[in-house]
Amino acid sequence: MAITREEVLHVARLARLALSSDEADRMREQLGDILAYIRQLDRLDTSGVVPTSHAVETGTPYRDDSVHPFGEKEEILKNAPDREDDFFRVPRIIED
Amino acid sequence: MAAIPVHEWTLLDAARAVREREVSSRELTRALLERIDRMNPRINAYITILPEQAMREAAARDEELAAGGARGPLHGVPVALKDIFCTKGIRTTCGSRILHDFDPPYDATVTGKIREAGAVLLGKQNMDEFAMGSSTETSWFGPARNPWATDRIPGGSSGGTAAAVAAGTCFAGVGTDTGGSIRQPASLCGVVGVKPTYGRVSRYGMIAFASSLDQGGPIARTVPDAAAVLGVIAGHDRRDSTSVDVPVPDYLAATGRSVKGMRVGLPREYFAGGLDASVRTAVEKALGALVSLGAEGVEISLPHTEYALSTYYIIGPAEASSNLARYDGVRYGYRTEGAKGLIEMMSRTRGEGFGAEVKRRIMIGTYALSAGYYEAYYGKAQKVRTLLRRDFQEAFAGVDVILTPTAPTPAFRIGEKVDDPLTMYLSDIYTIPCNLAGIPGISVPCGMSPDGLPIGAQLLGRHFDEEAILAAAAAIEREIPLPRVAPEEG
Repeated sequence: MAITREEVLHVARLARLALSSDEADRMREQLGDILAYIRQLDRLDTSGVVPTSHAVETGTPYRDDSVHPFGEKEEILKNAPDREDDFFRVPRIIED
Repeated sequence: MAAIPVHEWTLLDAARAVREREVSSRELTRALLERIDRMNPRINAYITILPEQAMREAAARDEELAAGGARGPLHGVPVALKDIFCTKGIRTTCGSRILHDFDPPYDATVTGKIREAGAVLLGKQNMDEFAMGSSTETSWFGPARNPWATDRIPGGSSGGTAAAVAAGTCFAGVGTDTGGSIRQPASLCGVVGVKPTYGRVSRYGMIAFASSLDQGGPIARTVPDAAAVLGVIAGHDRRDSTSVDVPVPDYLAATGRSVKGMRVGLPREYFAGGLDASVRTAVEKALGALVSLGAEGVEISLPHTEYALSTYYIIGPAEASSNLARYDGVRYGYRTEGAKGLIEMMSRTRGEGFGAEVKRRIMIGTYALSAGYYEAYYGKAQKVRTLLRRDFQEAFAGVDVILTPTAPTPAFRIGEKVDDPLTMYLSDIYTIPCNLAGIPGISVPCGMSPDGLPIGAQLLGRHFDEEAILAAAAAIEREIPLPRVAPEEG
């Protein structure tokens, strides 16, 4: 199944994935091959088949809506690539 | 026992020796740290080794024992974890550049249970990046190598764990299995690997790849050793709503159970083309072992098997693409330098932080979930998943376990398939259906190829019937004795 370079770049944008020009070319080829392979599923008639979202049917478990404080804020914040006080710092969001 | 070097002891022997104070946890831990020093440069099985911390833990376990108290069944026994399980204050990388300096603020439930059982943590083991791969070649920290032949892959994605166990650098490890990532490397390294029923082991703190398929489980050198570790890590966890609240049986006892009268299904689709002759011979020998003990082989059909790989390569990447959305350079992990805006920062961080295989799967998943394609791909795959589950349900109406090869060939060479994703994906063809159906599976060594490479047999069981596959695997292990620690010069 052919996939165009434009489609590759569109999907990469949706996935927030910066690809080099070479990567985009390779991705177009490999994705085309993989998608062609997985489209074999089209040969199967699945009308009336109920989709599986959970491999083991256990119903929806309920739990008490109770608070369990984590209490180690610094342990979380210390992993931040950039921070200011108790905030994660990021580059500007609204571009010029 | 004195004749056998410490690194070749079984986990159960080591645990007993510590408990009965024949040996200290410090002695065991020191011996294995030395073994790691010697072997790891050749096999690259560990991303992080914890010598000081492990010796401190061992000393603490020895003191507890001297004061009269063992924590649990793994008291003082050195083990290790695939670097996908969060360990508080110990770097947890998932084999990725994007998490190369991540210090988790908490322990995974599996980590906690291993510690509560008294085990000593030797280190964190190498793996394919985000568990995506069948060879441990996609790790940001370089490929792990098979201790039986270091020019070959150990399998993947839990290849570091399987290689480490086979090289005698730990008594057991815990890996994860999304499409075969415990069983396939166990098979290729000549050790035992268990993929429990989905929901049997908590996924809390286990870095997510495909949430409806991921399951943690033990890799060890013997079936009873694996059963003992499974008993430690299994059980319900309120922090994982998909973990199931059913009692944990005595898995170790199950390994001593007779297989007389057991009905062993042989799916004809798993013994068709593409299966290496030496693998076929070895698996037939495993069947012969069970039959000699009074089990009965029954030919069965799992008619939708040929669709499993396609189904998996839609569902896995789709779930991965959304699970991996969290790596955006904001809260933890790698961040690119000098980006001018937020979107550019995130896109470049992800472009630089993820390797080729992870990007490929994010792309497949994003494509399959994108507007206009959802029904054709993800929707369709979920329906085929129902058909695959039904195949197993119908088969298990007539048999107790299913016996298959674990992998179509013994370990291939490093670099052989790395540029050909579809061929690489085919090495998981026998392990993937188990994850899609959520049933338990185990790989147990059953032979060697003509060039001295290990071969494993896979046993599959009904949901929550790990006991049956442990019993059958233990029987095969007793009937077909094989070396479990790779020779020094592999």
